[in-house]
Amino acid sequence: MSFINYSSREINCKIVYYGPGLCGKTTNLQYIYAKTNPEAKGKMISLETETERTLFFDFLPLSLGEIRGFKTRFHLYTVPGQVFYDASRKLILKGVDGVVFVADSQVERMDANIESLENLRDNLADQGYDLDKIPYVVQYNKRDLPNAVDADYLRDYLNPTSVPDFEAVATTGYGVFDTLKAVAKQVLIELKRGR
Amino acid sequence: MTSQMVLFEEEHVKIVAVCDALQRDACAKAVFLVDKNGQLLACSGDTASMDTTSLASLTAGNIAATGGLAQLLGEKEFAIQFHEGENDNIHISLVSQRIILVIIFDQRSSLGLVRLRVRKASGELAAVLKTIDTKAQEQGSSVFSEITDDDIDSLFGDG
Repeated sequence: MSFINYSSREINCKIVYYGPGLCGKTTNLQYIYAKTNPEAKGKMISLETETERTLFFDFLPLSLGEIRGFKTRFHLYTVPGQVFYDASRKLILKGVDGVVFVADSQVERMDANIESLENLRDNLADQGYDLDKIPYVVQYNKRDLPNAVDADYLRDYLNPTSVPDFEAVATTGYGVFDTLKAVAKQVLIELKRGR
Repeated sequence: MTSQMVLFEEEHVKIVAVCDALQRDACAKAVFLVDKNGQLLACSGDTASMDTTSLASLTAGNIAATGGLAQLLGEKEFAIQFHEGENDNIHISLVSQRIILVIIFDQRSSLGLVRLRVRKASGELAAVLKTIDTKAQEQGSSVFSEITDDDIDSLFGDG
């Protein structure tokens, strides 16, 4: 649910990075945080376990510039990827405006990718959203690893509806901003439609 | 699905006035009003040294988690939370089941006083929220239907 504040002339939107455990959701946010000008970003918050796995969420507020005199601010969230944190994942999807599904390209993570994607669809439905109707992009992460499967293979299984998708290596930043721009753009187009 | 939230100048002035009065009457350090999705609607008091965006997001996360706990126990929700620190305390409550009112206070105030003042302010805020809802339905966000594809492209440097 976007929030438009006429008083401070701001548009605020929420984007959630979803995907299986250790696929690189937090790494995406860390790269964006590291490469964004200090005046365009707020503090990045990570609620994580002692072993640096996301426990509840990561949060990064980001300003993208102005449209028609309104500052556009995006709140980026990640969900915990581990299967048993499902209750937390559901909560974070509340009020979401756009979703990025981060897939792990490694062959042995294919089943985890598929399980997580099905879980995303179910959890969105619980909140009254339809994955096929909301701003949504897919990222195939870890393209640099030797056991990464072919992108077309990933596409067949993880992007049957042919939404915009991007190959990425989140640790180096390859594809990270392309992914963010694509989903942010879709969110603004939805706003223009007056959803 | 919840509809888009639109806050107009007139209502913003009203909710800030309620927050200012609450902050004064409750002898609080700061008062925040946050929507359930973590967006900061208004704040008043000594907020210059606080990271208000993070505070809003974490409060909403906290309310969401507590709401999840409540459901597991068969409760609709826990409407009030209180966190006690060495110096500062936080009182968090829900207004009209969708807006979160956060009061930060120290030894200059007390939990009893805060609770008393929050009750009064909640009623006033609920009334303003009703106006916000009605107005949003009537006026929508028509300004944004005028956004062009070029506007969006130029934001991303593609134009």
